[in-house]
Amino acid sequence: MDHTSTLERVIRGILIALVLIFFLFPIFWIVLMSFQTNETILRIPPSIVFEPTLSNYTALITGRLETTAGNLDIAFMKNLWNSVLLSSASVALSLVLGVPAAYAFARFRFRLGEDIAFTLLSFRFAPPLLVLLPLSLYFKQLGLTNTYIGLIWVYQLICLPLILWIVRGYFEDISPDIEHAYRIAGNSWWQTFRKIAVPLAMPGIAAAGLLAFIFAWNNFIFALILASADKQPVTVGALAFVTASGIQYGQIAAAIVLSIAPTLALALYAQRYLVEGLSLGAVKG
Amino acid sequence: MPHHLELASVSKSFKSNKVLDDISLTADAGEIVVIFGPSGTGKTVLLRLIAGVEEPTTGKISIDGQDMVDVAPEHRDVGMAFQNFALFPHLNAFENIASPLRARSQGDAQVKEGVARVAKLLKIDHVLNHAPRQLSNGQKQRTALARALASSPKLLLLDDPLRNVDAKLRFEMRLELPRLLRQAKSTVLYVTQDYKEAMALADRIAVLNGGKFVQVASPEEIYRHPATVGVARLFGDPTINLAETTVSSDGAIDFAGQKVAIDRSYAMFKDRPVTFGVRPEAVDVKNGGGSGLAAKVMAVTPLNERTVLLLQTSSGAELLASLPSSSAHIPKSESSVSIAFNPNGTHLFDRETGAALRGGRA
Repeated sequence: MDHTSTLERVIRGILIALVLIFFLFPIFWIVLMSFQTNETILRIPPSIVFEPTLSNYTALITGRLETTAGNLDIAFMKNLWNSVLLSSASVALSLVLGVPAAYAFARFRFRLGEDIAFTLLSFRFAPPLLVLLPLSLYFKQLGLTNTYIGLIWVYQLICLPLILWIVRGYFEDISPDIEHAYRIAGNSWWQTFRKIAVPLAMPGIAAAGLLAFIFAWNNFIFALILASADKQPVTVGALAFVTASGIQYGQIAAAIVLSIAPTLALALYAQRYLVEGLSLGAVKG
Repeated sequence: MPHHLELASVSKSFKSNKVLDDISLTADAGEIVVIFGPSGTGKTVLLRLIAGVEEPTTGKISIDGQDMVDVAPEHRDVGMAFQNFALFPHLNAFENIASPLRARSQGDAQVKEGVARVAKLLKIDHVLNHAPRQLSNGQKQRTALARALASSPKLLLLDDPLRNVDAKLRFEMRLELPRLLRQAKSTVLYVTQDYKEAMALADRIAVLNGGKFVQVASPEEIYRHPATVGVARLFGDPTINLAETTVSSDGAIDFAGQKVAIDRSYAMFKDRPVTFGVRPEAVDVKNGGGSGLAAKVMAVTPLNERTVLLLQTSSGAELLASLPSSSAHIPKSESSVSIAFNPNGTHLFDRETGAALRGGRA
């Protein structure tokens, strides 16, 4: 017995198509732009018929931007590398610090525990600009300005609360008896954490890690203020395309395509974890 | 020889809630002690204290003469089966059972052999490569039990392991478990709230109620000489008939408006408010009139080997009687009968404290 009529299915198909077009069109348009020169991008009316060119990509990869006003060196590939380095290192550090902390918050009731957890979360409430002025002064004194370590440290403001709170929910969902059973079987606390708690919370850890990676990747303001050109990620590096001779739309589009590629690939790979993770962690059994 | 397990004045409170109150218990090596009691009386908490998952608020726990307070669970050499099974969901049945063996850093061959041994004993050798979620409830329960048994721990803690399995399996396991547990040669603490399970398995039963042991004795002793009204009510199916009454000077008691003589020594409890109890199987029922108490049969319920009668005396008091179904004299519904009480199945309790009063011996 099929309760859905043909009409219903057709309408559903159309609606899904509309939603997809709405969300995917900008990306589609950017991909098209990345294969065009500034002239074809800016013609009116716009058209999807054009002669494709790889010049934008070659300019980015070789690092030489040729404009009507002359040649310009851009460090896009360096920026891309910085993004990869900063984001992965930040997430890795956050996982090392955040997963054990999340476990502690989930399993043990200690003095000020809730307050500490909430304080960590509150880092996400504060507008970054408010924190940045004092931070940049401190960083100058500590000699952390324009260092990878300094940036990775500041990125903990983004990654750590996210990982801590998502993973904590996962640990809370694991029946403590499962861990007790492993202890009684003759394993130490540390083995139980490694062999039972972490594997069981893995979907949550993967989801939180991925989200943290995306947030870190997309961060703009911290790197803009605290680092100079050679340490800046793509988000800041893209500013270089606003040149004296105008805005280089083609290169911006190509840069966007290149810079969303890693996160997109990661998200596609981990989307099963992500959906499962984000829905499961929220609901208490 | 010291007792294998000894609890001395153990108490456990969670915040202001006192769950266990000054509990003492000993168990000898190889003994099966059943902790019996209604839910919420702290049976599970008691096992967790012994396993080391929780620490007692006060008191001492020792295993093999060694003080266990503040000893980590992994160093206590106990096996525990949890009521909710607590299998490791990401490991298959084999690895679940192997975990205590691996923790004792045994070689692969030894682990394999050890798992095969218990798996065969518990008839789960065909599902060893299944993940816990692919197992039926019965198989899960057996896997949990196998895991507890695998390392042949000296002390085995079983927390109502038959609670979450279906009736058929529970019946089978009730028959099999005593043999399995004897074979394991461990001291066993077995928690249950099923009195039949307790009677079938126990060397001794410790009845826990309100955070205290009400009675610790052999199953026969508990059934024949319950220490309190509460214990009498918990053991036996159908439950014991109870009536609030008084004892007259000749030791007879007043039951449903008639004097019933039971035991002359009851005279010593004269004028004391008492509760009289009589087991359904100690109610002798004779067809037609007789010297005994007159009653009418209200309902007849055959339960396999026994038949339960609901009787009503002329004054309106109701009581249950249980006869062997093989008896040729099972009265019909609505018929009149005469009843008498077999002194072996009667009990007298203080009405205020609920404590048993023993004629002559008390």
